[in-house]
Amino acid sequence: MSTSKVGYDDVYDLQSKRLSVKKPEVRYDKQGDMADDERVEKAMLHFVKDFGSMAATYLDTCVHCGICAEACHYYKVTGDPKYTPIWKLEPFKQAYKREASPFAFFYRLLGLKKKLTVEELEEWQHLLYDSCTVCGRCSLICPMGIDIASMISLARHGMFKAGLVPHELHAVAERAEVDGSPLGVTPTVFADRLEWMEDEHEVDINVDQEQADVLVVMSSIEIQKYPQSMAATAKILNAAGENWTFRTDGFEATNFGMLSGNAEWQRDMSMRVIDAAVKIGAKKLILPECGHAYMALRWMGANMYGKPLPFEVVHISEYLAETLNSGKIKVNKVDTSVAYHDPCQVSRRGGATQAARDVLGHLGVEQREMKPSGDYNWCCGGGGGVVTIHRADDLRYKVFKIKMDQVEETEADELITSCANCRQTFDDGQEHFHWKYTMGSLLELVAENLEEDKQ
Amino acid sequence: MELLDFARGPALQFGLYAFVIGTVWRILGILLLAAKPDHSAARKAGGFMAALKVIYTRSFTADAFKQDTLYPKILGYLLHIGLFVTVFLFVPHILFFKGLIGLEWPGLPNNIIFFVGVITAGVGVALLVRRLTNPVLKLISNFDDYFSWLVTMAPIITGIIIPIRFGVRYETLLAVHILSVALLLTWLPFGKLAHAFLVFFSRGTTGLVLERRGAKT
Repeated sequence: MSTSKVGYDDVYDLQSKRLSVKKPEVRYDKQGDMADDERVEKAMLHFVKDFGSMAATYLDTCVHCGICAEACHYYKVTGDPKYTPIWKLEPFKQAYKREASPFAFFYRLLGLKKKLTVEELEEWQHLLYDSCTVCGRCSLICPMGIDIASMISLARHGMFKAGLVPHELHAVAERAEVDGSPLGVTPTVFADRLEWMEDEHEVDINVDQEQADVLVVMSSIEIQKYPQSMAATAKILNAAGENWTFRTDGFEATNFGMLSGNAEWQRDMSMRVIDAAVKIGAKKLILPECGHAYMALRWMGANMYGKPLPFEVVHISEYLAETLNSGKIKVNKVDTSVAYHDPCQVSRRGGATQAARDVLGHLGVEQREMKPSGDYNWCCGGGGGVVTIHRADDLRYKVFKIKMDQVEETEADELITSCANCRQTFDDGQEHFHWKYTMGSLLELVAENLEEDKQ
Repeated sequence: MELLDFARGPALQFGLYAFVIGTVWRILGILLLAAKPDHSAARKAGGFMAALKVIYTRSFTADAFKQDTLYPKILGYLLHIGLFVTVFLFVPHILFFKGLIGLEWPGLPNNIIFFVGVITAGVGVALLVRRLTNPVLKLISNFDDYFSWLVTMAPIITGIIIPIRFGVRYETLLAVHILSVALLLTWLPFGKLAHAFLVFFSRGTTGLVLERRGAKT
């Protein structure tokens, strides 16, 4: 592995189907000028910092049954045992046993658990980042009830501190921390693109209002790749009669601090949005079609804030379901069949599985569920930051074939999701396999079929 | 001191003390670590009932996973049911528990216990074969897995042998059986066998965390 202090000089690749930095000619998968021993020490220190009672309970209860492998798409498509979810946590488990478990003293005294080496940590970089989307299927299959996915996120904290993050993921995370966006969307760029969409779609878009009941945020993926989603959001909120606004000082919903494993950056990114919402006195924060943003702000935002948030946080699919159910907006019936792809962090991990189905119900489409679907749905393979990592592409395409088979089996006319990251993963997979299905957006489907007289 | 006296006396007593002290130590060692508060607005009521729910529901496999996990799950069920029946429904064991905690309950006839013991031993062998041959299990297994298997199977095997005798004195076989139980009790809190009590904490934690989100548990 080559070593570099940062990947900040990387150039964005905004022309390809999936957005990231361009494929690096030289990979820098080690960040910072640290000696190997220092990397190990930092990893151990920050692994240990995360060993609260929850992590300890989980790490102490594993019986090595190996059943979690059956839930993991990486294991299913390769048959390689190293992709067994609990094995991905092996360094984290070893650190726990040696440093923080109830019998840590004996483990150290008797030399029962060896100290980790930097080579092991480098090997595990592939397992903790390239081959885990934190989709949480393994957490549902574990007979001991271990939430393996949450442990993967914690293990990434130590990896980040040790400077052992895949090149591209570190680069976009750093961009997000410094610029406020992982894909170069500065406040000026955001305002420009909003203005463009306002003209293009002839819709009123509220920006930087001093006070509003509803703050709406977007993901950089949408802003750069699917800008029409900003117009669609505005059209729906206007139709619902909301007092709403975008804010250029708090617009980015993605959280690559969380995905890369930098807890401080995660907090910074969440706080930009939270501060903006507090500043305008928002009663509601609407999150865009982004899965991990839902985890970062709906379920972890208050913990970054240090107390309960003074506003409600909802995913756009929940907002759509709520406004359609209450009759605040109405939609025309659509004569088509739809296969809905559940974003893992919204459905399985987030608990909002039903919302999208309610929306599709209002649209009157024939819903064709994949097998399995909903909470047990297979991940698209692009979550957890994996889609940014070029070296993970071959493996990602392999797991994407599971999705292709699932979708084709439904024989649905259209494919819809409510996550821009899933959407770009599907777009990329479509291009790679010359596949017939184009992923669509739930939000855009509603906006396109909004009943005009209710606007 | 006869071997049986040693087994019934100091050995078993040591095992029981190690079991109690080790269990308390391990549970406290985990629970006394810091717990981070969750400030997010709950979608559903969580709390104790959510923990209880997952402790119960995770005993069963979701439909989506049934096909891929059928064999190890059947072995797992059989092993645990077998252990429960042989440990808690064998009349001499019940008398032992009565002496220990003052409670007694009805038992099963000896021949049924013997039959269940043989099945349980067979399941144990099948589990070991699986661990030795399955690529995933081969990779993730360590000393704890094999030693825990040994100390779990030892009381079952030695228990089955008692009525068969093989020409060995009853007292000797019983002493070996009790010594194997002492070893099991001594090891249980320190290795993976501690899942016997930790599973309630693990499943319960997931219930507490995910149920309040309204997420699948």
